[in-house]
Amino acid sequence: MPIVTASKTQVSYDVIVVGSGAGGGQTAYTLAMEGVKVLMVEAGRNYDPVRETPMFQTNDQAPLRGAGTPDKVSGFFDATVDGGWQVPGEPYTNASSEPSRQFSWWRARMLGGRTNHWGRISLRNGPYDFKSYSRDGLGFDWPISYEDVAPYYEKVEMLVGVYGSNEGLENTPDSAPGVLLPPPRARAGELLAQQRAKKLGLPVIPIHRAVLSVTQDAATIPAKLHPGNPAAQRILAQAMRERAACFWATSCGRGCSIRANYQSTTVHLPPALATGNLDILPDAMVREVTLDENGRATGVLCIDKVTGEERRLQARVVVLAASSAESVRILLNSRSVRFPNGVANSSGLVGKYIMDTVGARLGGQVPLLENLPVYNEDGAGGNHVYVPWWLYQEQKAGRLDFARGYHIEFQTGRGMPGLGAATAVAGLTHGAYGQRFKEEARRYYGSFVSFAGRGEMIPNADSFCELDPTVKDRWGIPVLRFHWKWSDHETRQAAHMQRTFADLITAMGGKPDPLAADGARAIEAGGRIIHEVGGTIMGSDPKKSVTNPWCQTWDVRNLFVTDGGPFVSNADKNPTLTIMALAWRASDYLIGEMKKGNI
Amino acid sequence: MNPSDSLPPGRLDRRTAIKWMMAAAATVALVDRLPLGAAPAAGPTGYGTDPDLTKPYHPGDYWPLTFTAEQRRTATALCDVIIPADATSPAASAVGVPDFIDEWISAPYPTQVRDRAVVLEGLAWMDDEARKRFGRSFADLDVPRQRTICDDICYAPEAGAAFKTAAAFFNRYRDLTSGGFYTTPVGMKDIGYVGNMPTPTFAGPTPEALKHLGLA
Repeated sequence: MPIVTASKTQVSYDVIVVGSGAGGGQTAYTLAMEGVKVLMVEAGRNYDPVRETPMFQTNDQAPLRGAGTPDKVSGFFDATVDGGWQVPGEPYTNASSEPSRQFSWWRARMLGGRTNHWGRISLRNGPYDFKSYSRDGLGFDWPISYEDVAPYYEKVEMLVGVYGSNEGLENTPDSAPGVLLPPPRARAGELLAQQRAKKLGLPVIPIHRAVLSVTQDAATIPAKLHPGNPAAQRILAQAMRERAACFWATSCGRGCSIRANYQSTTVHLPPALATGNLDILPDAMVREVTLDENGRATGVLCIDKVTGEERRLQARVVVLAASSAESVRILLNSRSVRFPNGVANSSGLVGKYIMDTVGARLGGQVPLLENLPVYNEDGAGGNHVYVPWWLYQEQKAGRLDFARGYHIEFQTGRGMPGLGAATAVAGLTHGAYGQRFKEEARRYYGSFVSFAGRGEMIPNADSFCELDPTVKDRWGIPVLRFHWKWSDHETRQAAHMQRTFADLITAMGGKPDPLAADGARAIEAGGRIIHEVGGTIMGSDPKKSVTNPWCQTWDVRNLFVTDGGPFVSNADKNPTLTIMALAWRASDYLIGEMKKGNI
Repeated sequence: MNPSDSLPPGRLDRRTAIKWMMAAAATVALVDRLPLGAAPAAGPTGYGTDPDLTKPYHPGDYWPLTFTAEQRRTATALCDVIIPADATSPAASAVGVPDFIDEWISAPYPTQVRDRAVVLEGLAWMDDEARKRFGRSFADLDVPRQRTICDDICYAPEAGAAFKTAAAFFNRYRDLTSGGFYTTPVGMKDIGYVGNMPTPTFAGPTPEALKHLGLA
């Protein structure tokens, strides 16, 4: 079964999966490999990274030298299709006009969603991250523990391929031996930071990213992932052989035509399609979940974006993985006499406790890196090293003025020049131009470093989304209205990030850029890190959560949410790997329930 | 009919520029309130949210260019004062930088619409100043004379009161020129970028690079 049009869908499916990114891709993969008949519904267009990725194009081949514009916010070559902070004709609103209370929502309208352009950073949540309330009395505990998720982290890492190392650090889990692929060597600037960070007590270690540093072991992994299922093993082995190892060039944000990094469209969907158990319906905007008179989900109502017609699609089970906020929107728009406030919302918590990641950044110039002997620093198209949160003990002892941790991502080296490649030269040289400008540009290129903090946000009652009472999108569907507020924990953490980065740049012999006046100015606006989670939080009490520990809604047994929505907290670890692990776990549970006849 | 349609290219008046700017800036804010995906404000459109990323583009492919022959001469001369030919690489104009700047200031996006006014007025100022000082257009001056003008405006924080606006223009123009230059294969090679080449392994820093950092 293949990519289909609305008129070619089957009469009914076992499962409809709404969304095709990390959560939807993993759900469809797990179900299809186990013989479940799946229809995946995607609001964006079909997308083929093998054919469409601009691998070696240089910026002078793009309009405006590849610079970002309102049409392509992250630059011309960024993989995002029909998306960014705004999607034409599909608005969202903010309740407040105050700058500090804005939420920005990044969406993509394409098969594979945001997995096509993401940073591929794949960190596991640690044991503390599932029990945060028990540790410091803030936020919530998850109804599950690290031990419940660990086997699924293992499976996902083996399936998608993640490079990294096991360092045995606090709340920074090791993978089982042989699971991780070898990490690439550090770049010059990363090594300098590593050496100088030591005296500050910052551990600089290999980061984990979903990039194949070597080809996958197609001979043994499939049997580990699909024991007793020779057909699935055969299909996965073939899919793994069709992925090449990284060739150490080009930015991952463009996507990858040789399938060396993880994106749903190159890793989850090809084997799932090869089973014959998956149909994919692109260009279909889901408006609501449909229900029968007993309150069971019967499928979804969607708008065929090609013809503008409404379509009803039927299945035994509906899984929402449309991105946490989009899934909230679908639930809230599924109103009926039985569910006047939207489906699965008897707790009143659908849309509540949305979270992003705390982000702050600081750059600087490092004289030691000037005139560095030239070598190719492209590497794996992203970070090779990072600093995991290192102050657990200080925090526990009450020596910090914020509650949760952050990790540090690096930007160093001589990346492919963009429009800003030499803009700092004028200031550093008091206005050089001409021959001297060219000499100074050679000297300074690659001598700039930048560090980005990615920290945990504690869920709060002031950060939520709801349906806007008046605004509708071009399909007539009510849109989301966001409410946002950082607490002092987040803004103080952002200030701490900048101070740490200034210390690190100084330790490298460099000159840090000026720090923001305070944390509220250092912190990036809500949503800007694109780690949108929460809104359908899981729990063990139906009154205090939307889904149970299996991502199954309490109110409707055959309705699941497998994107970031069920996240109860948002650890500093980037959420994608955990979304996939939870989606796989939920899908295993769903298959078991279907087999038992419970669904 | 839109009154701006009748304006000759390159002679975009301030009112029209502001109107474009407002229209483009409003797109972001207004999208929230537009009913049912009403069309955004009229004017030249950009490349859209789903352009083909794999084909090479050239200035003029998406929106009409602006420079008159006279503006182009000044723009080219100034590019080459900023990035002249040397033993390592050619001048900016040899790798199409003036075409890129024309493309940039002709684009319908807010940043570029702002730069359009800055650049067109700045180029006109350069010529006026050249005529005032030397009785000839900027492009017709020899390099030492061109540089006497540029020296007065090359560093905004130290520029005299009479040169503040021109210095702001020069700074922006230098950014566009250097950005346009170093994004070409010639410019990338000049500045020391040797990537974008597939290799079987990532070797890491060379011994020379490690030695340079005291890490060998």
